[in-house]
Amino acid sequence: MAPRFTPKVVTANALLEGDVVYLTADDRWSRHHAEAELIEDEAHAQLRLLHAASQKLIVVGAYLADAKAGPNGPEPTHFREVFRTRGPSNYAHGKQVETGHV
Amino acid sequence: MYKYSDFDESFVRARVAQFTGQVERRISGGLTEDEFRPLRLMNGLYLQLHAYMLRVAVPYGTLSPRQMRQLAYIADTWDKGYGHFTTRQNIQYNWPKLPDVPAILGALADVEMHANQTSGNCIRNVTSDHFAGAAADEIEDPRPVAELIRQWSTDHPEFQFLGRKFKIAITGAPNDRAVTKAHDIGLRMVRNEQGAPGFEVIVGGGLGRTPMIGVTMKPFLPKADLLPYLEAVLSVYNTLGRRDNKYKARIKITVHETGAEEFARLVEERFAVIRPLFSGIDQDLLADIEKAFAPPAYRNAPVDGFDAFYAADPVFRAWADTNLTEHKNAQYAIVTISLKAPGQTPGDATSDQMRVMADLAERYSHGELRVSHEQNIILPHVHKSDLPTVHAALTQAGLGTANVGLISDIIACPGMDYCALATARSIPVAQGIALRFNELKLEHDIGPLKIKISGCINACGHHHVGHIGILGLDRAGVENYQITLGGDGTETAVVGERAGPGFAYDEIIPAIERLITAYLEVRLSPDETFLETYRRLGLGPFKAALYPEDAARNAA
Ligand code: SF4
Repeated sequence: MAPRFTPKVVTANALLEGDVVYLTADDRWSRHHAEAELIEDEAHAQLRLLHAASQKLIVVGAYLADAKAGPNGPEPTHFREVFRTRGPSNYAHGKQVETGHV
Repeated sequence: MYKYSDFDESFVRARVAQFTGQVERRISGGLTEDEFRPLRLMNGLYLQLHAYMLRVAVPYGTLSPRQMRQLAYIADTWDKGYGHFTTRQNIQYNWPKLPDVPAILGALADVEMHANQTSGNCIRNVTSDHFAGAAADEIEDPRPVAELIRQWSTDHPEFQFLGRKFKIAITGAPNDRAVTKAHDIGLRMVRNEQGAPGFEVIVGGGLGRTPMIGVTMKPFLPKADLLPYLEAVLSVYNTLGRRDNKYKARIKITVHETGAEEFARLVEERFAVIRPLFSGIDQDLLADIEKAFAPPAYRNAPVDGFDAFYAADPVFRAWADTNLTEHKNAQYAIVTISLKAPGQTPGDATSDQMRVMADLAERYSHGELRVSHEQNIILPHVHKSDLPTVHAALTQAGLGTANVGLISDIIACPGMDYCALATARSIPVAQGIALRFNELKLEHDIGPLKIKISGCINACGHHHVGHIGILGLDRAGVENYQITLGGDGTETAVVGERAGPGFAYDEIIPAIERLITAYLEVRLSPDETFLETYRRLGLGPFKAALYPEDAARNAA
C-alpha cells in the first residue's frame, strides 16, 4: 500500500524582495501561510507546483512543503517552515513584524 | 594602504555594469532563474530563507575607515541598518532587494570593493591572519602575497570552473590565527636555514562533511616560486578532482584518494613545466605591492598614561587583559573590538557601530581596520597612550565587551535564522551560552575557550576546530545539537572528537554548563586551559558530565 499523502502547500520566494510566499487556491501569491491552498491530493500537488514553477517573473524556487489544517488555515509542520512564516529569531525583522504574524 | 590600480577599477565597474544588465533582464524575463542563478552567485548574491543575501569581499580582512563608512551607508540605505561579519572575513547583508543590488555594487565600487568570487567554484577571497602587519610574532606581513594571489586568481581563465570552491589562507606568523590547516591551501611563512622567508605549503585541509587537516606538501617554498607552485596545485586538482559527486569534489578528497605523495609528485611535475613561464613579472608586481603595504609612521610617545590607567581602572584592565595583543612596536597594541556582547548576534555590527569603528581607526589606528575570522573587528595599530580614550569610545558604542578568547567570544554561522542550507539554528544557541555564563560570572575564571557553532554540516562556523564545537542538525524534524570536543584551529590543528548523542534545543545550554563545571572540577590549576585539560584527560570526565544517566548506569 502506498503511504498516505501528507498535505502540502506550494511555497517559494518572491523574485524581487526574496520574501517567502505561498500559492493560494485562487492563484495569488500570499505572504501568509494561513492563506495557502492546502493540497491533499498528490496529482493535484504536482499540477499546482508546475503552475507555480511557470510564474518565473514572480517567484523563485517553488517547492512543496508539508503542512496541516489549522483553525485559521494551513499551518507548517516542520520547524524550518515555521521559521519561514516568521523571520529570524535574533531580531524582530521579516514577517513577524511586516505582516502581523500571530 | 593598498590602492586599486586602474585595471582593478575598470574591471570592477565593468562587472557592475554587466550585472546591472543581467538583473534587468531577469526582472523583465530575458533570463530564467536557471540562467540567472550562476550569474548572481558570481556576484555574491544568494537567495536565503527570508530574503536575498549579499556577500561582500573584504580581501584578507583589511578595510579602510572610508570603506567601513560606506558599508554603514549601504546598511542604512538598502538594508536594515546592520551587517554581519563572517568567518571568511567578509561582510554579509541579510535583506537586500534584487532591484537594489546593482546600486549596492556601485556603492561598493566607489570605495574599491566588490562581491566577486565570494561564491561559485572559483578561488575565493583569500583570508589571512587578522593581525597581519602588526603582530609581534610575525616574520613578514603576509598581505602583499595575499594581494598578489588575489590579482592572480581574479578571473583566472583556467580556474573559473573548478570542481568546487577553493579557499586559500595565509599567515606570516608561527602562531597560526588564520586556520591555514583547514583550507584547500594554507600558506605559513617560515624561514629556511639561511634565514630567508618562504612558505610552508599545506594542501587539502577543510572542514564540512569530511573534516581533514591539511598535509604539508612543501616544508619550504621560496617566495618567488609561490604563484607557479599554486598554479601547479590548482592545475593538478583541476585535472584529477572529481566532478561526479559534489561531496567528493574538494581538493582534500582528491589528495586523499590520490595519496598525498603521488599528488605532491604530480604537482612537482607540473611545477617544472610552469615555473619557467613565470618570467619574474609577478615578483616585480609583488615588490610594488609591498611598498603599498609599508608599515605606518609609528608615533614615538610616552606610554605612562596607559600604565597609570591600567593600574587604576579595573574595567579598563579587564578589557586590556583580554582584548589587546602584543604589537611589533612595543609602544603600540593591537585592539580586538568584540562583536560578541552577551546576547548579541556574533559578528553583527550596526551602522552606528561601524561608523564609530571607522572614526576610531582614522584617529587612533593609522587608518586601518581588520575583520577577523572569529567575527570581531581589529584596530591593528593603536598607540598605548590612546587606549583609554579608545576603550571609552568603544564602551559608549556598546563595543567595549572584554571577552576576546573567552567563552562568550563564540563563532556562530547564520544558521537557520538566515541560511537556506541550515539544518538548525546557531545564533540563539550562541546568545544563550553567552548570556548564561555572563549571569554565572564565571567567564574570566574559565579562561581561554573557543566555542564554535555551525547550523549544518557545511561547518561555516568551524565547529570541528572549536575547543567545544556545536553542530546543529535536523533529527526527525527536531533541532538537535551534536558536541565535539578538543578541536583546535591553530598550528597544532586537530579535528574535535564527537562526544556522543546530540542534545535538543532546550538541552544544549545546560549541557555546555555541565561540561564547564566538569572542567573547573578536574583542571589541575586555573592555568590549565580547557583544551589542555581535555588533552590530558580525554573524553572521559566530559562524557560523564554530558551524559550523567549513562555514567550512573555504568557505575551501578
Ligand atoms: S554552516 Fe550551514 S547553516 Fe551555517 S552558514 Fe554554513 S551552510 Fe549555512
